Amino acid sequence: MNSIIFTAGARILVALVFVFSLFMLLRGHHLPGGGFIGGLLGAISFIVYALACGSEEARKALRVSPEGLAMVGLGIALAAGLVSALFGDPLFTGQWYWVGGDSYETALFSINSVLVFDIGVYLVVLGGILSLTFAFDEET
Amino acid sequence: MSWLLVMPIAIPFATAVVAFLVRMSPTGRWVSLGGSILSLVASVALLVAVLEHGVIAAQMSNWEAPFGITLVADYLGVVMVVITAITGLATAIYALGEIPERVEKLGYHALFQTLIAGVTGAFLTGDVFNLYVWFEVMLISSFGLLILGGSREQLDAGIKYVALNLVSTLVFLSGIGLLYGMTGTLNMADLRGAIAEVENQGLVTVVAMMFMVGFGVKAAVFPLFFWLPASYHTPSFAVSAVFAGLLTKVGVYAMMRMFTLVFVGDIGFTHEILIWVSALTMLTGVLGAAAQTDFRKILSFHIISQIGYMTLGLALYTPLALMGGVFYLVHHIIVKANLFLVSGVANKLAGHTDLNRIGGLYKSSPFLAALFIVPAFSLAGFPPLSGFWAKYLIVKASIELDAWLIAFVALFVGLLTIFSMTKIWGMAFWKPHPDGYDPTPDRVPDSVRIPMMIPIVGLAAMTIVIGFFPEPFVQFAEVAAMQLLDPAQYVEAVLGAQAEVQADLQADAPAGLQPDATTEEEQP
Amino acid sequence: MEALTALIIGTLVAAAVYLMLARNFMRFLFGLILLSNAANLTIFASGRMTPGAPALVPYGEDAPIGVVGNALPQALVLTAIVIGFGLLAFTLALAFEAYRRLRTMDSDKMRYAEPKEDRKG
Repeated sequence: MNSIIFTAGARILVALVFVFSLFMLLRGHHLPGGGFIGGLLGAISFIVYALACGSEEARKALRVSPEGLAMVGLGIALAAGLVSALFGDPLFTGQWYWVGGDSYETALFSINSVLVFDIGVYLVVLGGILSLTFAFDEET
Repeated sequence: MSWLLVMPIAIPFATAVVAFLVRMSPTGRWVSLGGSILSLVASVALLVAVLEHGVIAAQMSNWEAPFGITLVADYLGVVMVVITAITGLATAIYALGEIPERVEKLGYHALFQTLIAGVTGAFLTGDVFNLYVWFEVMLISSFGLLILGGSREQLDAGIKYVALNLVSTLVFLSGIGLLYGMTGTLNMADLRGAIAEVENQGLVTVVAMMFMVGFGVKAAVFPLFFWLPASYHTPSFAVSAVFAGLLTKVGVYAMMRMFTLVFVGDIGFTHEILIWVSALTMLTGVLGAAAQTDFRKILSFHIISQIGYMTLGLALYTPLALMGGVFYLVHHIIVKANLFLVSGVANKLAGHTDLNRIGGLYKSSPFLAALFIVPAFSLAGFPPLSGFWAKYLIVKASIELDAWLIAFVALFVGLLTIFSMTKIWGMAFWKPHPDGYDPTPDRVPDSVRIPMMIPIVGLAAMTIVIGFFPEPFVQFAEVAAMQLLDPAQYVEAVLGAQAEVQADLQADAPAGLQPDATTEEEQP
Repeated sequence: MEALTALIIGTLVAAAVYLMLARNFMRFLFGLILLSNAANLTIFASGRMTPGAPALVPYGEDAPIGVVGNALPQALVLTAIVIGFGLLAFTLALAFEAYRRLRTMDSDKMRYAEPKEDRKG
């Protein structure tokens, strides 16, 4: 698309939307948000970039192949689900480790498998949607 | 417990991830093979556990039964999982010889393993919506496998396959929506109790028919099978073998599960329809096959006719008939996958799958001919191969019900199956090659031929073993049929001790509504 | 509200069937999209249409307070939409590729996998 306004605007918009997608990813589980919505927003940011500068540029900006990203995401999500078996819980049970306390109210922050699962979902959604849209963009 | 149930699904997924990441190097195919072996080990471990403890169930992430995702393995489910792993392993070995590097680089092994994961998931899940999700996992990877390589025939076949399967999926999905609206639950074990309390039983029958149509397209029964002969002869042989073996059977399995566990309120209507659908499926399939002259097209039509026997086993709804249906499922997956694998070798040796353009295979490779005879005669129901016992059980069940016409159709279809098999035998193996050359096995390098022959030998051996020692298999099928007809054990394994509490709560609630802490607004 | 939704679903299905009866594969695909939306609406309507807050658990509570909407159909619909989106996007890509290679969208002319038999006498 040869519009200088769109190209110039896209640079700011892409960065903003992408950061917002990460915010949505980290906000998930306890509040509205999560990996799926974050992944959609992340994909939108790259699609805007691809519309402004061409999908070749967008692929370069992504650095890795979107299909590979989706498969790695699937692997991460799977691993996050299976890890609970090491702690003797049924599979896909969330594992929580609270730092500086022992529950949601008192702890400063937590290390948990739920976020890892969400990151996996994020990557699956991002990679899956981008591989489809890039393929469409390059075919036409 | 939860480990055992998840592993047969998780291993193929993990294999798919690794195989995709290394798809550019030849390591990918060994990863796929290793993953298939591991899945088989995990499935057998699950089988052993089920034989020991009876029905086992696991709740994902510790959510109690009607609310969370449940995985259940009863006798039918676990035997399907094992047979899926066996077919997966056989085709993974076969793919070592058949699949060219170009296709491997497109991600063949990752798609294949995802397909296996989807099929296994469908066999193990205890939740209707989850079943839908596994269907989709299975469908999308099968779409990919079907058009991988991208020839014109494949694209054409892909369009028809995708279109009709998507329609069936949407019918199934709408059925799920209505089922949830009536009962307020989608857990299969919970549905059994909930569906009996629905006031409007007519609506239940309507939804049952929507499920029957949805599963019927997947299983390729009589008026809904047109996508199958349009597509199964186009992909690579390893892919069509795994499709022929497993995909339609998932539809049959889903039907068996839903129409023994949930939709049993109006058997006189739903199962009666299924009887005639089965009879017509058997007839149209076998007549369609008689009109074809392509190796794989004949086999594709025979899938349809054999599906009729399995659904007949369900439709007659007696212990003996269901036992025959379960036995038939297992026997047919092995035999049909094997026949497609044989057709691949015949294609490699003689150069084509059109029977008019090949021949002379018996003279040049008698070993292959012998290996064709075993599954072909088993399919036709020759004693003492596995197909004989499967057909015997079904026919005996229909005679016991005085359904003479059905029994006659089943036997008649068996006769026509022999006709088709002898046609393939005569045209591909006995008559001399029309182009005059000699299709000796030496025409194909060892590195291709040996991996293609190993699974054929293995599956043929299994057919013979089941044929000569049917006793343990029949006993297994008998227990599986008993569990289907009386799912108390299944329901108890899923809902556990809370089943009684649940029933009490349901009695208090207004009909058709499920009490739930987060859904208080449901009061009418 | 239910009656209106039922009408919408009915209209969508009718339009979908009309489109799917066309020979052009693109129209079939559009029909499929409408049908998929009808199915999603069916699930949504099955969860009962009642006014209620989103089913969110407030900070420090164990359960949502007051009347909340049924969250399960929403989750089911979301899943179904996502899966439908993936499948339909794939189908569109397939249709495009098929158009490029077969040079037709007319399903009657797609006879590569099942060529017309040449009847010999």
